[in-house]
Amino acid sequence: MNDDPKISVRDFDFFYGAAKVLHGISLDIPARKVTALIGPSGCGKSTFIRSINRMNDIITDARGKGTILIDGTDVYGSDTDVVELRRRVGMVFQKSNPFPKSIYDNVAYGLRIGGMRNKRQLDDIIERSLTRAALWHEVKDRLHASALALSGGQQQRLCIARALAVDPEILLMDEPASALDPIATSKIEELIYELKDNYTIVIVTHNMQQAARVSDRTAFFMLGRLVEEGDKNTIFTNPKEKMTEDYVTGRFG
Amino acid sequence: MTRSSDDRSFRIGTGAFAALVLLIVAGIAFELTRQSTLSIAKFGLKFWTTKVWDPVSGDFGALPFIWGTLYSSVLALLVATPIALGIAIFISELSPRMLRQPLAYLTELLAAIPSIVYGLWGIFVLVPIVRKVEIAMGAKPALGVGMLAAALILAVMVIPFTSSVAREILKNVPATQREAAYALGATRWEAIKVAIGFGRTGIIGAVMLGFGRALGETMAVTMVIGNSPQISASLFKPQYTMAAVIANEFTEAADELYLHALIEIGLLLFIITVGVNLLSRLLIWSTKRRAQTIVVIPVIVAEEVPA
Repeated sequence: MNDDPKISVRDFDFFYGAAKVLHGISLDIPARKVTALIGPSGCGKSTFIRSINRMNDIITDARGKGTILIDGTDVYGSDTDVVELRRRVGMVFQKSNPFPKSIYDNVAYGLRIGGMRNKRQLDDIIERSLTRAALWHEVKDRLHASALALSGGQQQRLCIARALAVDPEILLMDEPASALDPIATSKIEELIYELKDNYTIVIVTHNMQQAARVSDRTAFFMLGRLVEEGDKNTIFTNPKEKMTEDYVTGRFG
Repeated sequence: MTRSSDDRSFRIGTGAFAALVLLIVAGIAFELTRQSTLSIAKFGLKFWTTKVWDPVSGDFGALPFIWGTLYSSVLALLVATPIALGIAIFISELSPRMLRQPLAYLTELLAAIPSIVYGLWGIFVLVPIVRKVEIAMGAKPALGVGMLAAALILAVMVIPFTSSVAREILKNVPATQREAAYALGATRWEAIKVAIGFGRTGIIGAVMLGFGRALGETMAVTMVIGNSPQISASLFKPQYTMAAVIANEFTEAADELYLHALIEIGLLLFIITVGVNLLSRLLIWSTKRRAQTIVVIPVIVAEEVPA
């Protein structure tokens, strides 16, 4: 890595009440690359990704300790505006969660709460976002139809378009394809590949083939600790840790 | 007996209970109609539209009572809905977790208070306050009893129903909806609006449930509305409702026609309640078809009229 990391995590712990679920995570995430977080269920990778845009704040009794810097600014700093942070750091969830509104209104939501009212401006951004999410051609004739009439894969791409519309720098994806069939999954993966030119992407995945296909760097989590991270090829073919090797070769997990 | 025939008899047995419900509803409609034939034959549809209520000369029209029932219920709805939704939003979204259960319990307790107790409270507390307001506003005559007192007491009685159903609906909105809003930079209030939008059909249902309650409420309204059959938009004038006139005059109905006229009012109340029910279901059904949101269709109950 020659540039400064986009996201820099140092000694980050996370607690749900008294239970410590992340132990001293330190990790640098490069800009405009795809970083995949892998590991068995309950290893803390989802908790970690949700710490980056402070989505865990809405859970009572949850708190983080340590630092997560984005472009050198502490996410957990006392003067951080969470609303502003979440507009810079978009998120796509495991289960697609469109609002029960039209396709157009879904993508427009983030823009409208941000105060944008100009119809032409909205139209432009909505078209661009849907195009980037590889959905425009499928929906351009029915933008005002309900988003819930779309297929599962289309709904997930709509959620990606909705996240892109507010122009984030970072895109967090929490198992974005785990509820989709193989064809819809491959569309999402192609999309991730195209998006990394413009966005820093962090993706949590259960699926090791997926991590191998889409990521540039891979981080392996286990029992709330970061076991190993590095270039994708190193992690999958020549890991330093025995535990990583056992996991990526399918010996457990 | 084989085990599969057990299943069959279980199905038939429970099916019979379900059929019983239909039978009871049909039976009520039939009996109300049968016992009001004299009045139906004499006045026909004019019963719905005329204003005279004169037991002495045997001339009956239900319009003032229909008006009083609908007007008091709509006013109660206007007062109760924002308050009830405010309570529901506060309990489900904003209140500290420790307060949640006690608050929910206390609102539901409001529903458990007998309506005669509400009526007494109305007479001794609410009516004097309303009278003071009337005097201050220069309204004449300043009686205290009347439409405003009735609407306010109805509002208090409706709030627990609307707010508990609305609270349940907000609770059932999937967390992923709020997360989606937060992840796009929504504030707390904006995320709550998303949750309300998601549950809107159910919330409409909650409001209609309150309306149904208000339509049939008898005792407390009878005690504060003034019981005077007149049609007026005035908030201060004494008026009358369908349920109240039945409760007040049933025991005094000396001749057949008078009795039949009162029972026909019961029939009208039954029809209006069923109508409101159907209307709210249509409303919920049509919004549901537009967007598949969660739907809770509450049953609208009009309190039974004491005979």
